[in-house]
Parts: sequence; structure tokens; C-alpha cells
Amino acid sequence: MTDRSPEIDPHSQVETTGHEWDGIKELNNPLPRWWLFIFWGTIVVAIIYWVLMPAWPAPPGMQGNTLGVLGQSDRATVAAEVSETAKMRAELASRLSAVDASAILQDHDLSQLALGLGESAFGDNCATCHGAGGRGAKGYPRLADDIWLWGGTLTDIETTIRHGIRSDDPDARMTDMPAFGRDEFLTSAEIKDMVEFVTAISGRKANLAAVDRARPIFQTNCASCHGVDARGDRAQGAPNLTDAEWLYGGDRDTLQATIFGARRGVMPAWTTRFDPATIRALAVYVHSLGGGE
Amino acid sequence: MATRQSKLFNKHKLFERHTFVLLLGILVVVAIGGLIEIVPLFYLKNTIEKVEGMRPYTPLELAGQNIYIREGCNTCHSQMIRPLRDEVERYGHYSLAAESMYDHPFQWGSKRTGPDLARVGGKYSDDWHRDHLINPRALVPESIMPPYAFLAGRTLDLSTIQDQMRTLQFEGVPYTTPMIDAALDNTMAQAGGDYDVEALRKSYDGIAGRDGTVPVRNFDGMDGAPTELDALIAYLQMLGTLVDFKTYEAGDLSNRR
Repeated sequence: MTDRSPEIDPHSQVETTGHEWDGIKELNNPLPRWWLFIFWGTIVVAIIYWVLMPAWPAPPGMQGNTLGVLGQSDRATVAAEVSETAKMRAELASRLSAVDASAILQDHDLSQLALGLGESAFGDNCATCHGAGGRGAKGYPRLADDIWLWGGTLTDIETTIRHGIRSDDPDARMTDMPAFGRDEFLTSAEIKDMVEFVTAISGRKANLAAVDRARPIFQTNCASCHGVDARGDRAQGAPNLTDAEWLYGGDRDTLQATIFGARRGVMPAWTTRFDPATIRALAVYVHSLGGGE
Repeated sequence: MATRQSKLFNKHKLFERHTFVLLLGILVVVAIGGLIEIVPLFYLKNTIEKVEGMRPYTPLELAGQNIYIREGCNTCHSQMIRPLRDEVERYGHYSLAAESMYDHPFQWGSKRTGPDLARVGGKYSDDWHRDHLINPRALVPESIMPPYAFLAGRTLDLSTIQDQMRTLQFEGVPYTTPMIDAALDNTMAQAGGDYDVEALRKSYDGIAGRDGTVPVRNFDGMDGAPTELDALIAYLQMLGTLVDFKTYEAGDLSNRR
């Protein structure tokens, strides 16, 4: 295509583009003013933005970037916001950690505060295992009842949350039930008898001959943790075997599996994820779920 | 009137009348934008923060990442905690570029049907991961995550792991030849098998620069050869635990974003 001399449309006095379709010619009208202003405006805004905000990277051979007059930084902003929140909570936190754990329960305002804080932390972090409201699941203790493996006082609960159970925390609550079957402490016949024994002491019908055979075996192998009367020992996290509550299940197959391979449930330590005030609030919340001592 | 405009402003006719010139012009403009955005990332030192503790993934974790990608976990789970207060409060420290420097491909993701997993490592027990992957609703009744019970029944396929490590080495992941040679032994050792755990720790903790970055245990709690469940749990339990935040200086100018 070659540039032709401009042709003026006689009707509107506007130059044509030279395009023609079946006798209809296109007028070369200038762009609408409003459109043009917006177009130039965006360019001006971009230049202002370069000045105010971090924008241009350094050219090759140099390091860094323009920081912008406002000194904006997402990471600095979030750090400031987090520390501001921490300051806001500091007062509450200091009140929660200043007093003795049990004193929180006496103070209505303080316990309400702790319950609110604890509930939100529980929902996001603890409910995944212990269930909403602490209803528990197979292998994850119910927190809403008054049966505690490691103790149900505020201090006990706080220690458990802080250091976890069989976690990698050096102060974790740490006991290991032996795998009586897998590690060959007991023969499979002895384990079978023991299943009957545990079934019997938890108040159900069982093979009495097997129970009698298992009684001495229980005293030598199990009583040191579960107690001579099989009522458990909180110092070792050993559950009471005489009640109807089971963490993994009390039917014969589950008992068999438990004695054979042992259970070593792990609860993570939370000191690295929560500040002390949140842990205390969580303890108050868990304590309030129904079984606090 | 157009006729009175300066000559420069009449040049647009050239673009408007020649398709090829227009195409070339578009290409040049887009390329300038692209080059300015992308090229500096290759020579600016603060593109990836200087942090301590990052190490390449162990072969078991790498196999876990493969399963993570194969099963499309990334379609519902992001691995990118943004620097926003609510995210930092919920998930922990915002993600650093350095934390995905050995991810090929990275797993940042942009959609959260499930929660972010950038710092899920150590948050739950291995048992929980096993139970939850086998049947999510057994533990979280409101969950819409599909069950992945079949992973427990599939022995981990390690036939290509060394080739993959070699490829990653080519891409710049600091695997050494002895590490690649020991890949199978290292995998068995980390999954709790009777293999040389010290050798595994020495290679990977060595690059991390501190002890205890390689958890060694039977992740799925089942006897026998490592399963895909072992690999996936090992990978999940590592996520977000590598960088030593005690040594990370957020205020440093080179860590500004």
C-alpha cells in the first residue's frame, strides 16, 4: 500500500483513511478525547507509581531495586501488623501468664478471655485430631470426658500441650508400651489369654480359664504401668483397663492388635507454634470441655 | 485535525497498514515488559533469600513429592503462606522463596479448597496423616477430601528415583554423585529399615548445616517394604521444617519484598 494524498470527505470535512468498501469510506476521526486522556493518564500513574513504590530492578551488574519513596514492603507490613497484634494481646497474655493457672478459673473475666482465645486456637489446630468440641476419635483421646491419660488438672493439660506426647520435644511425655507380640515377650497363646483377661476386668463375659492363666502374666508384665488393679497410672500415661472407655477399641480383635504391636500415639509439642498465653488459654478451654479436674 | 499533527504521530499508519509490522511491534513491546520482569531474577542475589537449613529432598521425600504431584494434591492445597497477618497467624511464618528453591516444579499453588500445607510438617503425628489419608472423614467429618487408602497397599516404586535425582542435579539441586548412588539405601534407612541411617544423616544434615533435619521412622506404621504412604507422609512431615528461622533476618535489606 502506498500513502495517498489525503482525501477530504466533502460532507464532514474529515480526512478519510483511504479504505473503501463498496463505495463506503472510513473517516479518519481522531480518538475520542476521554479515551486519550485515560490513556495518557495511565502512563502518568505508572510513573508516579515508580517513584512511590518499589519498582525497578537494578540493571545487570548491579544489585537491589528502587525502594520507592513510601518504602512499602509486604514483609515489613506484616511484621508490623503481627507485632501490633502481639502488643494488643500482650496485656491479656501477661494477665493469663501472671497468675497461677487455677486462679484463672476463679476470675470470671479472665476465664472468659481464655475460653475465647482457646476455642479459636483449638478449632484450627487441635480439632483436626481431637474433633470439634474434643469429642475424640479412634486413637485420639476424647477431651470432653473426665478420663485423662496424663492428668486433667490445668497444669497437667498445659504440660501436655506444651511438650506433647512422644513428640520430638526433649520434655515430652514419653512412655512406650512394649510390643508384646512382635518383640516376642509373650507367645500368641499368652496374648490370647490376656485378651480374655482384659475383657473380663472391663466387666464383660470372658473365658474364665484363660483369665486365670493370664492373671500372673498381667502382674509380671503389665502391672508396672497399668497398676496391680489395672486402673492405670497417670504418671506413665497408662490407661485404666477396667472401665468401658477405649482409645483404640475394646473388642477382642483390637485388644489383640494392641497387645501384639503396642500403641504409641504421638501428640506434637506446641511450644514452637504457640506463645505461652495461647497454650494457657488452650489448657483452660480443654479443661472446660467437661472433664477438667 | 489529523493533518496538522506532527510527523511522528502519523507513523502509526505504518503499523495499521502492515500486519507483519504490527505483529513485530507487539512482539517488541511485550518482550521489553517480559525481559524487565524476568531477566533481573537471574542476576539479583536477593531473588532467593540467604537462609540456613535448606537441603535437597531425601529420595524418600522426593518420591513423596512425586506422589503429591501425581495425585494432584496441589489442585486443592497451596504451599505458599502469603505475607498477610491472617495467614501468618494461622499457618506460621510466611513462605520464603528459598523454601521452594529445590522444588522442580514448585508447589505454590493458587487454590485452597483444603488448607495451605507449606508448614504442615510436624503439626500432626504420622498416625494422624496415615488415618487421615486413608479416610479423611474418620477424623474430620466435614472434610471433602477424597480418601487415598490405596497408597497404603502400593509398594514404593524406586526404579526412576536416581534418574530423577540426576535430572535435578542438572537443574542445579546440589545432589552429589555419592548421594545419588546411595539413594536406594537412604530411602530404606529413612523409612525405618535396617540400613545405614548415619550415612543418610551425614549427607543431608551436612548440606542443611544442622542436625535433625531428616526424620527417620516407619512413617506409615506398617511392616514390610516402604509404601507410597510412607513416602507421602515423609514428604508432608518435612514441609516447612527445613529453614532455620532463628538465623533468618527478616529486617535485612536483601530480604525486603
